[in-house]
Amino acid sequence: MFSFLIKRLLQSFMVLLSVAFIAFALFKFVGDPINNMVGQDTTLVEREALAERLGLNDPFPIQFFNFIKGAAVGDFGLSYRHKVPVSQLIAERAPATLELSIISALLSVFIGIPMGVYTAIRRKGFLSRSFMTVSLVGISLPTFLIGILFIFLFGVILRWLPTFGRGEVVQIGFWSTGLLTWSGIKSLILPAVTLALFQMTLIMRLVRTEMLEVLTTDYIKFARARGLKENAVNFGHALKNTLIPVITIIGLQLGLVMAFAIITETVFQWPGMGMLFIQAIEEVDVPVMAAYLMMISVVFVAINLAVDILYAFVDPRLTIDGGSKHG
Amino acid sequence: MTIMKKMLTTVAAASMILGAGLAEANTLKFAFQGDAQSLDPHGLNETFTLGFLSNVYEGLTMLDENIKVIPGLATSWEVTSPTTIVFKLREGVKFHNGNSFNADDVIFSWKRTLSEGSDQKVRGGMVVDIKKIDDLTVEVHTDGPQPLMPSEWAWIYMMDKEWSEENGAGSAANVKEESANGYSLNHANGTGPFEVVSRQPDVKTVFKRSENHWNENIISNVTDVIFTPVKQAATRTAALISGELDMVYPIPVQDWSRLDSEDGVSALKGAEARTIFLGMDQFRDELLYSNVKGKNPLKDVRVRLAMAHALDLEVIKKKIMRGAATPTGLMIAPQVNGFNPEYNTPYTYDPELSRKLLAEAGYPDGFEITIDCPNNRYVNDEKICIAAASMMAKIGIKMKVLAQPKAKYFAKVLAQNNYDTSMYLLGWTPGSMDVHNVLGSLIACQNAEKNVGLFNLGNYCNARVDELTDLIQVETDADKRQAYVDEAMQIVKDEVGYLPIHQQPLSWGVSDKITVNQRADNAFDFRYVVFK
Repeated sequence: MFSFLIKRLLQSFMVLLSVAFIAFALFKFVGDPINNMVGQDTTLVEREALAERLGLNDPFPIQFFNFIKGAAVGDFGLSYRHKVPVSQLIAERAPATLELSIISALLSVFIGIPMGVYTAIRRKGFLSRSFMTVSLVGISLPTFLIGILFIFLFGVILRWLPTFGRGEVVQIGFWSTGLLTWSGIKSLILPAVTLALFQMTLIMRLVRTEMLEVLTTDYIKFARARGLKENAVNFGHALKNTLIPVITIIGLQLGLVMAFAIITETVFQWPGMGMLFIQAIEEVDVPVMAAYLMMISVVFVAINLAVDILYAFVDPRLTIDGGSKHG
Repeated sequence: MTIMKKMLTTVAAASMILGAGLAEANTLKFAFQGDAQSLDPHGLNETFTLGFLSNVYEGLTMLDENIKVIPGLATSWEVTSPTTIVFKLREGVKFHNGNSFNADDVIFSWKRTLSEGSDQKVRGGMVVDIKKIDDLTVEVHTDGPQPLMPSEWAWIYMMDKEWSEENGAGSAANVKEESANGYSLNHANGTGPFEVVSRQPDVKTVFKRSENHWNENIISNVTDVIFTPVKQAATRTAALISGELDMVYPIPVQDWSRLDSEDGVSALKGAEARTIFLGMDQFRDELLYSNVKGKNPLKDVRVRLAMAHALDLEVIKKKIMRGAATPTGLMIAPQVNGFNPEYNTPYTYDPELSRKLLAEAGYPDGFEITIDCPNNRYVNDEKICIAAASMMAKIGIKMKVLAQPKAKYFAKVLAQNNYDTSMYLLGWTPGSMDVHNVLGSLIACQNAEKNVGLFNLGNYCNARVDELTDLIQVETDADKRQAYVDEAMQIVKDEVGYLPIHQQPLSWGVSDKITVNQRADNAFDFRYVVFK
């Protein structure tokens, strides 16, 4: 078991290192950061001096080594644009993204699962058919288009909800929350629904398919034959078994929700990490881009590592294989 | 009846007072596509950041609503010798923290513009020394004759020495050392009519009206301002129409009709002082991106003239800019000091002549060339390039358009990358609003040591124009100076140094609740915002 863990950790470390390498190599092609940091009247000598100070003239391996050295201890340097530590920027923006992602994840689970169950049980019902049709929209329309449609409908025509931003936020220690003010909650609705829509329809369709499969299995037939009530069969037996694969998927999808948040945040001017990243690309703010990419890959690697370890506990064969290889 | 009348008038008067009382809390909410880089007044020499900060900080001189230089924190100035200017400072000016503004602050602010993180070193460097005569008089010694120094210094904002030193902001914020940066990034203490209450970069900046501003004649009745950057144009437009914001900019020209058809909002269009033009590589012996080998066709003035006559500026104005651009023959806009309308006639549209000129130059079948173009920097920049390419096709020149985001575009074509372009589209607003800036940056021969011609990406080069540029810099007699300018402009035109296209439109979306002044450099001055 121990050697299995070591092996997995080493692999995760290699993944992170290669992400860092690829990301860092890509920054060469984003543009020239200096040009975004100075005005048009700044002299060539000044520009050159700035590039030198930032180490942009160093050979690639040295730049990469310096970056890894800092990143290993969580130091990504100062943002070129904001001139403050990147970690501070990310800490400031993280609450906005996390609140948005978690609320969307909750929405997609608590609406997606019941809809999936319903459409599986009442397959031919009018409501089921409408759900299925609407879910096609959710799956096929790109997020930014849905966002703009929502803004147009609920913000401009009906004027029920704000079209952008996070409303009033309350600062609790290091965490800024929009959930405690009325304007904050109103501002959250449109972006959260926009972000949730894709996951919601995915979960609904997944639950429906799984449920339909489970409903045809023998033990459900036997349960019915025993004369159990319909609700007990559907929810006590069928749903329980449906949820096992669904939960795995939901876990893995959480990382994706954060990644999808970039687009939603841009459309709604939601001041989260995705917005920070998009802005950084435009301004060639390399430290911010690097830190964000590293952070997202750490999240993905951590989720996968957790899943791997859980599997190892569940399925001892994995451990034996890993163990035997190492001796 | 009379009693009734009296009562009514009393009620009316009361409600008027009440109305006035309510109207006193006027919160202006506005958005721009990005945020000011920081609140540090010397951190970035860029129009939006400096314009944004002009509401909080002020210079010795200022710009009025027509971008004319007016007295600011100095009430008057006098040139006492070719290299000496004496400024009389305004009495009774207070910083937001209550400190008085005086000569020591001027000297401190000047030294700060020369500190490592400063992006105002060019303007600061015009001055070699400042002597304090008394608390309200300073003697400025310039690096040679600098008649433009007072107007350039409208962009050098005055900071409070005590406040800056107490808060670790004695030098301009620096991207390398965190310790040197502190307070000035997100806090401000200026003399301007608005104070910064709070700021989170890229998210929100809140201002309030300063109570003891020296100028009581400011027409604005705005009490508070909330600024939010909104990146997406569609989101900005939606927020304006829904009434969440009072003013947003820029608005895509495609959205104008939409705004005008809505109640309560309108599009405010004016001519920006930014000239859009095409530049051509005139210094390499062989073009980097062309099928002509062994020679550079753009070195031949006939080829450049052929291109000039091939561009139909009216079509670009009508089809691409929705009628809102001003076709131009000069490299400077009417708002820029030195503009002479006599020289502003564009080259005529005459493709027949172009073909003839090309044939004479030895290219009867044209040639291929690639034009570099930004796609998110100027109004419809990429579309202009595509239109130009199709116009060139009519005279046989096959122009390929390489359109890229500005970060990539500038990284390719600028000096740091050895001017890696054969043809390009660029726009320019002289920060000083004076022709000398355009001559020095765009038209004078490239010379890194003298720091001129840095943005003359194709290195159009004429010795007489260089000479005139130097003369214009130091000439104080207006008529003589204009004669020099006219001569230089005529040479550039005769030699087709550039292909000027137009002054692009400013495009603001404004709620009918307010009136604003749209300044031609696109700066948004709260001093002129009035709630009706």
